[in-house]
Amino acid sequence: MTEGSEGERRAAFGQKSAELAVAAFFFAIGAIVIYDSARLGTGWQEVHGPRPGYFPFYLGLIMCAASLINAVRALLVKHTDDKAFVEVGQLKLVLTVLVPTAVYAGLVGWIGIYVASFLYIAVFMRWLGKYPWWKAAVVPGCVIVVFFVVFEKWFKVPLPKGPLENLLGLG
Amino acid sequence: MEEINSLIHGFGVALSPTNIALMFAGVILGVIIGVLPGLGGANGVAILLPLTFGMAQTPGGATSAIILLSCIYWGALFGGAITSILFNIPGEPWSVATTFDGYPLAQQGKAGQALTAAFTSSFIGAFLAVVMITFLSPVVAKFALAFGPPEFFAVYLLTFCAFVGTSKEPPFKTLAAMMLGFALAAVGTDTVTGTLRLTFGSTHLLTGFDFLVAVIGLFGIGEILLTLEEGLAFRGASAKINSKVVLETWRELPRYWLTSVRSTLVGCFMGIVPGGATPASFMSYGVARRFSPDGAKFGTGKVEGVVAPETAAHAAGTSALLPMITLGVPGSPTAAVLLGGLMIWGLQPGPLLFVEQKDFVWGLIASMYLGNIAGLIVVLTCVPLFAAILRIPFSIIAPVIIVICAIGSFTVKNAIFDVWMMVVFGILGYLFKKTQYPLAPLVLAIVLGDNAESAFRQAMLMSQGDLGILFANALVGTMTTLALALLFWPMISALLGKLRGKKG
Repeated sequence: MTEGSEGERRAAFGQKSAELAVAAFFFAIGAIVIYDSARLGTGWQEVHGPRPGYFPFYLGLIMCAASLINAVRALLVKHTDDKAFVEVGQLKLVLTVLVPTAVYAGLVGWIGIYVASFLYIAVFMRWLGKYPWWKAAVVPGCVIVVFFVVFEKWFKVPLPKGPLENLLGLG
Repeated sequence: MEEINSLIHGFGVALSPTNIALMFAGVILGVIIGVLPGLGGANGVAILLPLTFGMAQTPGGATSAIILLSCIYWGALFGGAITSILFNIPGEPWSVATTFDGYPLAQQGKAGQALTAAFTSSFIGAFLAVVMITFLSPVVAKFALAFGPPEFFAVYLLTFCAFVGTSKEPPFKTLAAMMLGFALAAVGTDTVTGTLRLTFGSTHLLTGFDFLVAVIGLFGIGEILLTLEEGLAFRGASAKINSKVVLETWRELPRYWLTSVRSTLVGCFMGIVPGGATPASFMSYGVARRFSPDGAKFGTGKVEGVVAPETAAHAAGTSALLPMITLGVPGSPTAAVLLGGLMIWGLQPGPLLFVEQKDFVWGLIASMYLGNIAGLIVVLTCVPLFAAILRIPFSIIAPVIIVICAIGSFTVKNAIFDVWMMVVFGILGYLFKKTQYPLAPLVLAIVLGDNAESAFRQAMLMSQGDLGILFANALVGTMTTLALALLFWPMISALLGKLRGKKG
């Protein structure tokens, strides 16, 4: 981003809050691991040796301890020294890719990977690349045909298909 | 010389027409992967790994499959240099140091010279590392044949502690990332007792998280999100290499032999110890700057400043395969993915490979020699083509890469759930990168988690729960002590620094 208004350059999140959020994420995962390990048993068992929960239990403990230390270190950063974790303009760009990608991942199981990929690339080209309609249709069309030939015919790896493929008798 | 005989036999395996074709295909694919943003050695190999499942089941197919995948790795190592020099965008983390002198050279119109120097020194670094692998790996494997569960656990411990001790990220973040990897590895059926762990009733999680999906998400999607922050356009110098430039540069290169030797040593060392290619390239650039008579001019476009990091990166990337084939402990994320491939193909990585799978091991080592020659030929002749890939607008190439990542995730287990997980791992990769949580130990822990755990549990069974078994003999005791020293190294070095500071 070389240009952009004041608003675009403003920090959407500070580094400090991002650090805290990630530390909290690690702590939560650690806690889940400890919880499930305790259910499985963390002690010694005849014949089998350490119970299934033994190893993960200590992993969880280390993870929680490490994330507490990381959180404390993040808290010690002075407010004035806090850097921008991501600027508003950057966040917008990241989200314009992330949101369609999440939608795409959701669509794959429903309409098949080929149609979903076609739509995904086309939307991307039209929306971010500002290509004319016909280009935004031809390029993804070629791409999915290539993928179809490579995966289904060449490597014989079946990919998820949807109603359209079934209609065409390719399913 | 038993090694020479085995190597000649290996060349016999690797030199079949199919394997040579696969080598070139692998290198070309690898360079493309190395050039594209968001695709790198680790996730490139991860995406293509499922396609080799069928190939590996035919007789001799596992060797062909590993040749294809390792050549993709060599190609990616070569490809990183192209984007660093022409576009000032490191295609791979290990080629960041190449931009320091490579891009200024390109701006001065000497792109051809910089590229030739980069490719040639990559080749030399890799070649010397392969020579080392040829002679050292049988020795290490023979030594490791005597290893029992406690020794193997000590090796794993050493590997993971080395990450905490040597990584430039904060030690507690390295620790947290690593533990997340182990936790992800533990999800699913417990390999020893068959109990379900951490699945919380979900059928998707019965078989656990697949490391391939994690690699594709963390490195692929995460990387694309990071690239996006920098904006959508690439601008770069044009690439022209002709035989005159190549020959001229080759005439100049012998002058830097000492830099090459030093960088190779740094690279080999950092590759075997799980430090990896990235720190090796930085370290070697720093060393070259300190020792070179032109040191002060580094950063303004010195060929020597391209030679040093490239030699080291390739030497490290190659020697990362030594612990992978001899001990079953990979030295880099890409080596970890290759190791995962071996396990999926039904080969148990470790010292027994040298006894039971001679064709496979020596075919692989021979293919390292040949693959790097193939790589050098491909990159020297096809640079303009590869550079043209980067001129494809981002709004076309980015969605296509993400679609490829999605297909790669799906094909691992034919599960749509994995496509969703890829997106989740992508977001995590983006967040972790920006908050300095290292991804390499995370990935290694996912791959090795089950093995490390079962080695630990078997060792505990042997000793009836006494941790003293990790110090029971000189070998395992030394490794465990070394591991603990590395684990506490950040603390030790901080203390030493304070003491020294007080004295000064």
